Amino acid sequence: MSGVAAAPPDGLQAPPGLGRTLKTAASSSPFYMGLVLVALVAFFSFLHPTTFASSFNVRNIFLDASVLLILAVGTTYIMIAGGFDLSIGSVLVFSGVAAAQVMLRYGNTESLWTVAMGFVVALLCGTAWGLFNGWCITRLRVSALISTLGSMGAALGGAYLLSDGSDIRTVPNALISLGHGSIGGVPWLVVITAIMALVGGIVLHMTRFGRHTYLVGSNPEASRRAGINVSGHLLRLYALSGLLAGFAAMLSLGRFSTTTLEGHANDPLEAITAVVLGGTSLTGGRGSVVGTVVGVFIPAVLANGFIIMGIQPFWQMVVIGFVVIAAVYADQIKRGKGERL
Amino acid sequence: MDAAHAVTASPRADTPIMRAPILRARGITKRFGHVEALRGVEFDAHAGEITALIGDNGAGKSTLVKILSGVYAPTEGTIEVDGAPVSFGSPADAHALGIETAYQDLSVCPDLSPSANMFMGREAVRPGWLGRLGFLDNASMRRDSAVAFQKLKVALKDMDAPIASLSGGQRQSVAICRAAMWAKRVVFMDEPTAALGVVQTARTLDLVKRIRDTGIAVVLISHNMRDVIQVADTVEVLRLGRRIATMPNKNLSVQDLVGAMTGALDAAAGLAEPEAVA
Repeated sequence: MSGVAAAPPDGLQAPPGLGRTLKTAASSSPFYMGLVLVALVAFFSFLHPTTFASSFNVRNIFLDASVLLILAVGTTYIMIAGGFDLSIGSVLVFSGVAAAQVMLRYGNTESLWTVAMGFVVALLCGTAWGLFNGWCITRLRVSALISTLGSMGAALGGAYLLSDGSDIRTVPNALISLGHGSIGGVPWLVVITAIMALVGGIVLHMTRFGRHTYLVGSNPEASRRAGINVSGHLLRLYALSGLLAGFAAMLSLGRFSTTTLEGHANDPLEAITAVVLGGTSLTGGRGSVVGTVVGVFIPAVLANGFIIMGIQPFWQMVVIGFVVIAAVYADQIKRGKGERL
Repeated sequence: MDAAHAVTASPRADTPIMRAPILRARGITKRFGHVEALRGVEFDAHAGEITALIGDNGAGKSTLVKILSGVYAPTEGTIEVDGAPVSFGSPADAHALGIETAYQDLSVCPDLSPSANMFMGREAVRPGWLGRLGFLDNASMRRDSAVAFQKLKVALKDMDAPIASLSGGQRQSVAICRAAMWAKRVVFMDEPTAALGVVQTARTLDLVKRIRDTGIAVVLISHNMRDVIQVADTVEVLRLGRRIATMPNKNLSVQDLVGAMTGALDAAAGLAEPEAVA
């Protein structure tokens, strides 16, 4: 554009500098919520340095958060695309039961091949449920809330049928040692979860797949007109959410050595809470995996801190409930100020 | 056929323009079940000209635009681009031939940046294996968008914030610039000023003229006759699914246009009223 004599208007040509980037980041929800998280950690560590800040306790917080974080990464994608997935907890249980039975029947308790077989079964089950959700939403045009509410019930019922209503407690030793093992003092589960979150964030923020997720959530009609296969993309996102639930099922099996039939009813709501706390818009189009990571850890740290302080842990539920409302309210205020709609 | 001829003859028919149109449609008919939305429409658009497409509600304007931009397939009729017959299976086919559409609304994603909107559905990826993995080349998209905005003299308040923070007129500019950036031949603009105030409307019309001056054909669909008279080079009038007049924009008045749209001119000239849809 050397031939253009007129000076370019401000901000038209100059790429955003570091200062601008930092300023934008500092006004974002993940940043505020990150500050809240840091403050919570500092507060509990100051009051109870030997218990809260002990390596044992920190390890526990991370372990508790890891399964939920994997689910929440999937929920981040779904919600940025303007959807919902209430079925992930049930899909996790179903995939875990199916994998545990296959490993029990056909596998060898010490063999890593058995574990690999379990992963294949769990991932296939999770993906199948996710595809079913996506099919109901994009083909039958049943709303995401209802479709995934339906498969939430169906998948849990299916898990009870497969297991005759009682938990399967025979899990291959090879999987249990993976679930309890660590590398350089960091549990494998945490390492795997961290890698998943990192990959999830990179794909969301840096690739065409991630960009389409934002576009579809921000304006599906415009995306369709721009030639994006909106239904196909949504189908893939629900499949991804199911796949991640299947993956989380194996981590859960490894950690608890049981299929935890009763243990995951709240997972979808906890995942949605985490995603919303991290600044992802309920109406789609905005959000980040970094925010979701912060959003997973705030309730986890709060619950753990309350227990250590001797406060009834039920208070955490009360506090988080109100914090979610406050976070969404603050977000609306911020948007109302900065943007004309 | 003879009926179509009768109504095509405009009361103001000047000397026929002997230039090859860049986009030419003949005998376009579109039926939705029993409803005949278009009944043998003719349409021409010329490079470097603004062709206004006007007509009352139900005249078939949006159906015609959807057919010419690949959204619908015509029931009958032919479309030619640069003299070669084409058929569009989807908007992507029209895009491939350099035909773009800027819709009145619903065409931008408010949560994303201007450059993400300019490249939506056509994102640029990095060279090499990162590109094969789908990694975006945000720097080049931002640069190319800035160049496109500058070429059309659109100064956005912020190139990096979500466009929800821009005014309605600026958001409309993004949608129009996107169509212009990708169009090699024809841009359709469906009511680009319908939602805008006076100042923003004037700016948008200037933008439409600048796009025309880049040498592509602009087709402006509008209800606002003053806008049409202000910018159009040629006015094509549809009524009841047919083209009933093609008028060069010379000394046209709002009354002329309204008369042509509603049939008052035909009646005055003693032409047959097109028969109502059976």
